[in-house]
Amino acid sequence: MSASVHQQDSPPASGPAPAALERLRACPHCDALYQIAPVAPRERAICTRCGAVLIAPRARAFSRIIALAVTALILMAAAIFMPFLDLSASGMHSRASVLDAVLAFSDGMMLPLSVAVGALIVVIPALRLSLIVYTLAPMMRGGPALPRAGQAFRLADALKPWSMAEIFLIGVAVALVKVAGIATVTPGPAFWAFCGLVVVTVLHDDVMDAESVWQAIERRESARRTAADAAASRA
Amino acid sequence: MTAPQILGAPTPTARSAGLIGCTRCGRVFAPGTELCTRCGAPLSSRDPRALQRVWAWWFAGLVVYFPANIYPMLITRTLTYSGEGTILGGVVELLGHGDYFVAFVIFFASILIPVGKFLAIAFLALSIRNHRFLDEHAQHRLHAVVEFIGRWSMIDVFVVAILASLVRFDAVATINPGIAAISFALSVAFTMLSAQSFDPRQIWDE
Ligand SMILES: [Zn+2]
Ligand SMILES: [Zn+2]
Repeated sequence: MSASVHQQDSPPASGPAPAALERLRACPHCDALYQIAPVAPRERAICTRCGAVLIAPRARAFSRIIALAVTALILMAAAIFMPFLDLSASGMHSRASVLDAVLAFSDGMMLPLSVAVGALIVVIPALRLSLIVYTLAPMMRGGPALPRAGQAFRLADALKPWSMAEIFLIGVAVALVKVAGIATVTPGPAFWAFCGLVVVTVLHDDVMDAESVWQAIERRESARRTAADAAASRA
Repeated sequence: MTAPQILGAPTPTARSAGLIGCTRCGRVFAPGTELCTRCGAPLSSRDPRALQRVWAWWFAGLVVYFPANIYPMLITRTLTYSGEGTILGGVVELLGHGDYFVAFVIFFASILIPVGKFLAIAFLALSIRNHRFLDEHAQHRLHAVVEFIGRWSMIDVFVVAILASLVRFDAVATINPGIAAISFALSVAFTMLSAQSFDPRQIWDE
């Protein structure tokens, strides 16, 4: 495990300049203070105090993240509308899509649960992936970040624990065992799309290094501000 | 790690340097700054109300946890059978069918994790500055485990949703969600919010 974040050995004397602050990072988990240094792709900078991974850059990360996020969104669309599971018991058929599972609670007082299930397995995962594409796509082409890219990326980060597609898939497996005694279940195309979605999301989260994204946003933000200042002073 | 540390000396922190670190993105700011310029998150050297929020969500989660275990998760109606299944009843039923592995998964996700989570969060909230029972590293790991594993309790809610949408042979067999599905989902969400409300930096404060 190599790392090149240097621990700040003495607190900066007097009021530190903003430029000096730009080079400092505090571990979000334990507050340990570090001076950032370049970290090579596939290397990781780990907090010496609590062991949290602070920086873990990957080569061509942005284009890979966008490709995986777009793939996940396409799989998500397929998973929602195509038949998910096909149940047959004593000559009768029943077919359910992911949308049916969401709407299972839609009558009366169970409606809030329907909304929650829809949010956890469809809306939040899709929103999170869209926010990441919104943040990264313009920057990948070398352009400036879109307005509020920082807030968008922070929201995507906050939504991560609430994005429960993989948990839903385990729920499907358990449900299949429960009905195995009374009926035969055949997975439809949406089931495989959903499995693909979970795999792609895992790959996506593995390539994602938040610090690289934050640095890119900050670089473009300050470049934009300098340009605006220059334009203002010219006028 | 090339950390020039003096043995025994406390680790330099943003706070000991008189600075504020952003808990979302790690950027460091001068004291008095209110919002992170990078990600827009509100800044505080330590969040003084974090523990209050932890306890508020904890109690909310506990209140809805009781109906989740008393009332039915599933209401099943077939030609020959009509019954209501609670969380624990579902586990017993799976055991009866010999599905030991799935019974264990549901027991783990719906009973062990929620109970363990209530205990772990309460323990952390009560002893966040007291390292007599667990040192900083163990407390930090416990918090990480609670945050990581808590969301998996939602499995049973999804199982109910899938069964209710699949098993709809009007006259012959139907499965409907019970009131416990709502209260259990709320309990999982509230305890997730409780765990997220911690300011983990307080674990490490001297
Ligand atoms: Zn740390
Ligand atoms: Zn920030």
